[in-house]
Amino acid sequence: MVRVRRLALLAAATLALAACGGGGGAGGGEPGGGGAAVPLEDQTLTISNWDAYTPEGLIEAFEQETGVDVTLTLHTTNEDIVGKIQAAGGKGFDLVFVSGNYLQTLIDQGFVAELDHDLIPNLANLYPEANELGYDPGNRYSVPYTWGTTGICYRSDLVEEEPTSWTVFHDPPEELKGKMTMLGTNPWLLEPALRSLGSSLNTTDPAEIEAATEWTIEAKANLKGFDDTTFYSELVAGNAWLVQAWDGWCNYGIAEDPNIRFVVPEEGSDLWTDTMVVLAASENKEAAHAFIDFVLRPENGKAVAELVYYKVPNRAAMEQLDPALIERFPNLGMSPSELLEQEALRDPGEAISLWTDAAAQIKAA
Amino acid sequence: MRLGRKGARRGRATGTGWPSRALFLGPGLLAWTLLFAAPVGLILVSSFLSRGTFGGIEYRFTLDNFARALDPLYVRVLWSSIRIAALTTGVALLVGYPAAYFIATRPARWRLPLLVLVVLPFWTNLLIRTYAWIVLLNREGLVNRALVGLGLTERPIALLGTRVAIVLGLLYAYLPLMILPLFSAIERLGVAPRQAAADLGASPAGAFLRVTLPLTLPGVMAGCVFVFVPTLGNFIVPDLLGGGKAIMVGNLIQSQFFQARDWPFGAALSISVLAVTVVLLVVQARVLTRERRLAARAA
Amino acid sequence: MRREPGRRRDLLLGAELALVYAFLYAPILVLVALSFNDSGLPTSWGGFSTRWYGELARSEDLLAALRTSVSIALVVTAVSTAIGTLLALGLERTVRSTVLDTVLFLPAVVPDIVLAIGLLSFFSIARITLGTHTVILAHVVFDMVFVAAIVRARLGYFDRSIEEAAQDLGAGRVATFFRVTVPVLLPGILAGALIAFTLSFDEFIIAFFTAGPTVITFPIRIYSMIRFGVTPVVNAVATLILGLSIALVLLALRLARREARRAVEG
Repeated sequence: MVRVRRLALLAAATLALAACGGGGGAGGGEPGGGGAAVPLEDQTLTISNWDAYTPEGLIEAFEQETGVDVTLTLHTTNEDIVGKIQAAGGKGFDLVFVSGNYLQTLIDQGFVAELDHDLIPNLANLYPEANELGYDPGNRYSVPYTWGTTGICYRSDLVEEEPTSWTVFHDPPEELKGKMTMLGTNPWLLEPALRSLGSSLNTTDPAEIEAATEWTIEAKANLKGFDDTTFYSELVAGNAWLVQAWDGWCNYGIAEDPNIRFVVPEEGSDLWTDTMVVLAASENKEAAHAFIDFVLRPENGKAVAELVYYKVPNRAAMEQLDPALIERFPNLGMSPSELLEQEALRDPGEAISLWTDAAAQIKAA
Repeated sequence: MRLGRKGARRGRATGTGWPSRALFLGPGLLAWTLLFAAPVGLILVSSFLSRGTFGGIEYRFTLDNFARALDPLYVRVLWSSIRIAALTTGVALLVGYPAAYFIATRPARWRLPLLVLVVLPFWTNLLIRTYAWIVLLNREGLVNRALVGLGLTERPIALLGTRVAIVLGLLYAYLPLMILPLFSAIERLGVAPRQAAADLGASPAGAFLRVTLPLTLPGVMAGCVFVFVPTLGNFIVPDLLGGGKAIMVGNLIQSQFFQARDWPFGAALSISVLAVTVVLLVVQARVLTRERRLAARAA
Repeated sequence: MRREPGRRRDLLLGAELALVYAFLYAPILVLVALSFNDSGLPTSWGGFSTRWYGELARSEDLLAALRTSVSIALVVTAVSTAIGTLLALGLERTVRSTVLDTVLFLPAVVPDIVLAIGLLSFFSIARITLGTHTVILAHVVFDMVFVAAIVRARLGYFDRSIEEAAQDLGAGRVATFFRVTVPVLLPGILAGALIAFTLSFDEFIIAFFTAGPTVITFPIRIYSMIRFGVTPVVNAVATLILGLSIALVLLALRLARREARRAVEG
């Protein structure tokens, strides 16, 4: 096989330009060890995360304890932040929060650093299961921050029969027609179809994707629409009765209306993970590792779960969680083994174009 | 007089001849070259390269990306987007022209406030405004209540998730971009030309069609381009108001860059759309030039 | 001669404008109503409450983002209006090529994403540190062509003879430009500035790509909220923006009226 240069456009263009500039260090992935040992309190940290995903006071507490100066900036979607990192040639951030299935693209282009587990002793707080996630076995490049699954979120006071299967979107009872929404972005868009048809959620098989596309186009006739942003609100308002939803988001609906329930269909579902990664170009890798370790403290993991009603893969943190909270939001009580029964989302590689085309086909149909 | 003007055009009046030409065009061209041509060129070059498995770019020349852009799926999406954008633009012109005309013919001190009132809603984020439309268009929403109340329909109808909702949302998103250039063109006109036409015995409609409209054509064209182009690229409105049931070409391009991480193909798709748009723009510019020449001759 | 039909026409046009305003403001009024929504959800009603205003007062981040966006938009408006106006004049008077016109207009046509990725790639190669200035540069490049197009829409039938008259009367070029050309173009320039401000203020993707880590604009913050559900605080912000801008308009109106009175008296 011919060795191809797999560099981002920018990395190469930078090289071309670097011919007349100074050497723009292609930051090797070695954490901790390499680089002059800058004392922690002289390091700075630029972190990008979603809004309202960092517990209040966490950054300040970290700054106070370590003396590291932290800049917390925001991104909107995984796609946006991955695109930004790629366009900037991997520079600009020290630590980024990104979903596990977007990790592969960052690793492949050499943008993330391998982690030095010795600098993160609190990794011991994770559930053992959180070390065997399909997108990054052994957590070599990433540390899971939250995890969860996707299922059906519905109004138990309006829906007569408890939904148990993804096929409800394809063959709904009459009263649900026009009252359901599905998630509109991949991989979740194809999830009900792939699961109903018995295919993998990480499939790269064109025939399976095509079959799922057809299934979803047929289901589309039954839907109120595809909705990624307001489905929980529409559920509370009664404009939608049954929606495909991420577990945490269903909890936002439950918080407003206790009649709302969450169920993982019998065909199984996905296991999504949001992770923390350190960028290869970072010059503050020790500080980044220290931050990850700080987040992994039980009390901080607990604060995350209480903030966003998501499960955290941190056993010590989950054990501290108020039982009343789990009673209110039952899916917070899902065990790691239950979660691991679901299929961990990975990057489908080049087949992602098939997925994107499938989405376009479904929307355009 | 005519000769005198010609002579003046060569040298004296502002904006002609070096160095004032450099002064007028310089900053714009500089910004254009450095902040548009160079960066965008960088990306567009990648349309001739291949994608890496996980989203990088491989330096292998190919024309595949353009061949792929001709896939019936993409052509169909482009065509339906053009239709939606054209419809939106047409409605915006019909709605916007009278509004701009009225504002432009008010006493001077009213014009700016009336104009600001047009753009003021747009200082609220597009996403939030679109959420508001969801509330309005819901089955139990105000629009349905009004329709039922007026006896136009018996039962609330599904508005969300329809093409009507998409066009409505797009119209809402870009109407000021129609009204402002129209205002700019109409205000210049004053009442004199139409008055003259009326004095010469033209009916109001005739005066409008033969005098006002041609004279404000640059504003009409600018407004149409302003609405048409961003409409093609919008994906928030189709996603939220169309219930994700329709896809615009902007959505397609965005998903190639971000979801599929296929920058080369995203770039090829962008070039194709740009090419179509440029053809439309050149045609409109030509029409405009001819009309102006005709108008100038008539004057 | 234009009494009767003229008045009827004005009445019809005025009614149409009123309908347009109703269309433009209906969703805004919904937002104002929803800002008093007790429920934490963006599209469903849960009773009356003023709690989001309390929340807003405490949302230092949201207000900071709003300030960031306003200041970026103001600078962008000033710069792009100046460059755009000059560009319009330069194009009108020296270049007569529809192709060049079209090519120059491309920054407004190219998909936002391409401009966003391209600019970040470019800044990164040129080793320009990202910050507020990079967002401003990025916004200027598309805003200036919008301004240029609007000013040109007005320039089409610009009567050059008044400039010449001014010069015949001994005015210098610069004086002619500021005393004659600009005032004639002013309504177009103002319309262009309004568009420039509006487009910059609400622009998301280009700002996201070109902003340095400490620069969080209002749209970036709003879109980042989507991940965990947009709360009615944003409606409270919308109401705040509406209130402030209406106050500004009224103030401007009063100033204009006083100016007019003074002109009459003087």
